[in-house]
Amino acid sequence: MLRYVVPLLVFLAVAGFLLRGLNLNPHEVPSPFINKPAPAFTLQKLNDPQSRMSAKDMLGQVWLLNVWASWCVACRSEAPLMDQFARAKIVPIYGLNYKDAPSDAKAWLQQFGNPYVANLVDYKGNVGIDYGVYGVPETFVIDKQGVIRHKVIGPITPSILDACVVPLVKKLQQATDQQVVTRDSVEGCV
Amino acid sequence: MSPLKNGVLVVMLALLVSPVVMAKEATPMAMDPALEKRVNEITSELRCLVCQNQTIADSHAELAIDLKNQVRDMVKAGQTQKQINDYMVKRYGDFVLYRPAFKPTTMLLWSGPFLLLLIGLTVLVINLRKRMTLVKDDGDLSSEENERLKSLLTADSAEESSASPQKNNKGKEDKS
Repeated sequence: MLRYVVPLLVFLAVAGFLLRGLNLNPHEVPSPFINKPAPAFTLQKLNDPQSRMSAKDMLGQVWLLNVWASWCVACRSEAPLMDQFARAKIVPIYGLNYKDAPSDAKAWLQQFGNPYVANLVDYKGNVGIDYGVYGVPETFVIDKQGVIRHKVIGPITPSILDACVVPLVKKLQQATDQQVVTRDSVEGCV
Repeated sequence: MSPLKNGVLVVMLALLVSPVVMAKEATPMAMDPALEKRVNEITSELRCLVCQNQTIADSHAELAIDLKNQVRDMVKAGQTQKQINDYMVKRYGDFVLYRPAFKPTTMLLWSGPFLLLLIGLTVLVINLRKRMTLVKDDGDLSSEENERLKSLLTADSAEESSASPQKNNKGKEDKS
């Protein structure tokens, strides 16, 4: 009996691992930035090259940093949703225009819509490297203390918004200065 | 101009242009061979996150080229490989290292193959021991079997002695 049961169990275990592997996305590398302070930056604004913005200016509010580029095809697919989400005025969205020509970026915003409060120009991609960006679009959720609480790799979808981003943002907004809210408290983010 | 001639012209133009493009890519390599060698050593240990089974040294993805330039700047600034690896891990996690550090989260990764080897060896030893006992059981013949063995052996040797002259003849024939 045992000589049939043991191979069967081994087979089931291997099949279980393989099945789990089928549902994993190898391009979603766990970010080391979760629950770490957002790296500092000071960048020009796309529409106003004279003025600069830094990560410190954002302290005191929950905000999203959406990394995008005009050459990024997947960014187009998330554009209508981002527009809609921005109009709901739940949380301010800032754009990090990654390795893009400003003229191309402006044309793109005209064509696909502009959900951003402001766009920051990362022409050389240095800030992108500091934020560990490896696939555009990427979206960071950053809390009032300037700590990164979540990162969405790839285009945002309605289900990611509803299950993770919106509940997490609301929790972070309600949290007092002493409270620490991580993404683990939102089921849809884990 | 006919379409064919047009086509030929395009091919010729392409041939003219391509060496120029290649030459442009190769220039940084020629600048400082020692530096490039060091940069290559370091980036060969780093995984490109865009095309995940390539090293940053091998990859031509835009991010890989940026990171190669970053490593080059850091080497120029006198940073050690450890410092550069820390810089990468801080941004992209342990995944970026082809040889991640040994710590609780990577323990299974490092010891896994040896664990499997150990399990395999244990199973092998158990099976071999089982077989040894099987062989021992068959080692002793019963008296009945001994009788049969003797009769078989004598029959065999009788056959052999009658066959051997023929064999010898054959051997001689073969030799001649």
